[in-house]
Amino acid sequence: MGRKLLLDKAHIENIRLYDVYRQHGGYKSVEKALKTMSPDQVTDEVKKSGLRGRGGAGFPTGMKWSFLAKPEGVPRYLVVNADESEPGTFKDRYLMEFIPHLLIEGMITSSYALGAKRSYIYIRGEYAWIVAILEQAIQEAKNNGWLGKNILGTGYDLEIYVQRGAGAYICGEETALLESLEGKRGNPRIKPPFPAVKGLWDCPTVVNNVETIAAVVPIINDGGEEYAKIGIGKSTGTKLISACGNIKKPGVYEIDMMISVEEFLYSDEYCGGIANGKKLKACIPGGSSVPILPANLLLKTAKGETRMMTYESLADGGFATGSMMGSGGFIVLDDSQCVVKHTYTLARFYRHESCGQCSPCREGTGWMEKILLKIENGKGSKSDIDLLWDIQRKIEGNTICPLGDAAAWPVAAAIRHFRDEFEWHIDFPAECLVKNYGLGHYADPLPVIAAV
Amino acid sequence: MNFSENALKEVQRIIAFYPEGKQKSALIPVLHLAQQEFGGWLSADTMDYVAGLLKLDPIEVYEVATFYSMFNLKPVGKHMFEVCQTGPCMLNGSDDIVKYIYDKLGIKPGETTADGLFTLKTVECLGACGYAPMMQLGEHYREHLTKEKVDALVEECRNR
Repeated sequence: MGRKLLLDKAHIENIRLYDVYRQHGGYKSVEKALKTMSPDQVTDEVKKSGLRGRGGAGFPTGMKWSFLAKPEGVPRYLVVNADESEPGTFKDRYLMEFIPHLLIEGMITSSYALGAKRSYIYIRGEYAWIVAILEQAIQEAKNNGWLGKNILGTGYDLEIYVQRGAGAYICGEETALLESLEGKRGNPRIKPPFPAVKGLWDCPTVVNNVETIAAVVPIINDGGEEYAKIGIGKSTGTKLISACGNIKKPGVYEIDMMISVEEFLYSDEYCGGIANGKKLKACIPGGSSVPILPANLLLKTAKGETRMMTYESLADGGFATGSMMGSGGFIVLDDSQCVVKHTYTLARFYRHESCGQCSPCREGTGWMEKILLKIENGKGSKSDIDLLWDIQRKIEGNTICPLGDAAAWPVAAAIRHFRDEFEWHIDFPAECLVKNYGLGHYADPLPVIAAV
Repeated sequence: MNFSENALKEVQRIIAFYPEGKQKSALIPVLHLAQQEFGGWLSADTMDYVAGLLKLDPIEVYEVATFYSMFNLKPVGKHMFEVCQTGPCMLNGSDDIVKYIYDKLGIKPGETTADGLFTLKTVECLGACGYAPMMQLGEHYREHLTKEKVDALVEECRNR
């Protein structure tokens, strides 16, 4: 049984309420930080912990904090990114719904470190009922002296507000989020300047994911070094994984980053294996944007090593044979699923979510959707596969924000690993309408790589 | 066209979230409120009213209202079935749910029943992938959908 730092109290009845949360050690990190540590000491602990952004990019949090500009007389802001919209990802929702005070506690400690006196939670508009849960938690924290003026008599003031989005995946990109928070369309900004210098209302701003900010609580309570002892290499601490697709036990799991993908997928403590007696065909381990892996490359790397649930191991082999940890959205496909159709739904998603600013993304996502639908419906030609490849290459790296890359990668990986399934749709246009390609050779053991 | 007194109080509460002079930030929350107050969609008149309320140019409201998928720019039914159809929901049979609603209510995605009770809308990932297939109904999610659950939801809405 792995160690749990975020969800260890999730099972406690009424942990959503302040009194219960406090009885179980809640808000201790705020006491410790505000009464015994300077803001820089808090940042140092986060640096020592090795915590990496849990939203998807995996950027070291302590380093991000240390980039925050601190000009005299200019307010600074912490904005929590709760715009959870990456297909396959539903972990932040779980945290906010069941242990909202963990986020509020993390925000107070983090805001103190950053010198923010006003912090925001930007939550996706569809999570409408969670707004009330968060606002209740904020009110309870305020009633008990953890927010407002002169917190714990230390002279530190802080207010937290919740802002609802209105349906736009792009607002999970931090500069689009800031635009949206300013009451505008969610069009990403050109960087630099980075939000750390010019963010919300042109003031220095840190944008962090919900889970990242929640992790600050155990880091301050136990110390950064203790936190860093969990995990392997630069994958320190615990990570929430939201598992879905064709598995026996979909849900949100907290893992210490020391277990293998195989254990996560097949053990009863986590996913419990593939549902309905079927076989594993493929998996997208880190949210829809990251490359899909066939079964044989999911459980072992191309070098034949056990693939672990860590940032480094999931990325082992680069995009040729690896994938990414991403947001921790673990999507599993069984042998009765069609990779072409699945990729088509993702392409449709990105077309729908493109903000339209950059032509490669605006036009390219629409092209990819149309061509994939054509192939899926048995009306494609062999040159369409090459055309798809060409389009995704022309989107990747050519847009203001990473949505272009996020749209290109799933298409590229599907063609890279499942090209014969695309070709089968073209060679057997009638058959592909009534049956699926099945497992192919994707679950075969890896060929032994010759020693160089 | 006017907000109710309660809604106006809510607008003031929201404006206070932001520093002085930054009340444009209140636009998205206030549009949610307007949609709720004025029949589930945003007409040009509604948007102009919101612009006046927040001291914005109407165009600033239009460009935001047209960007975000939760804002309806046409009238919708009293109950909106917003069925997710992205990857993980598709893997768990969301297509069958959409088809079943079509068979049952005779409406395709984007259409409203003649009695104005139901609108069917297909949407992209709502962050409930582990509880698929699912739909949003009002401010809540309905998850692990089956044909029987859809039947029950239709009944529930008809009785509301």
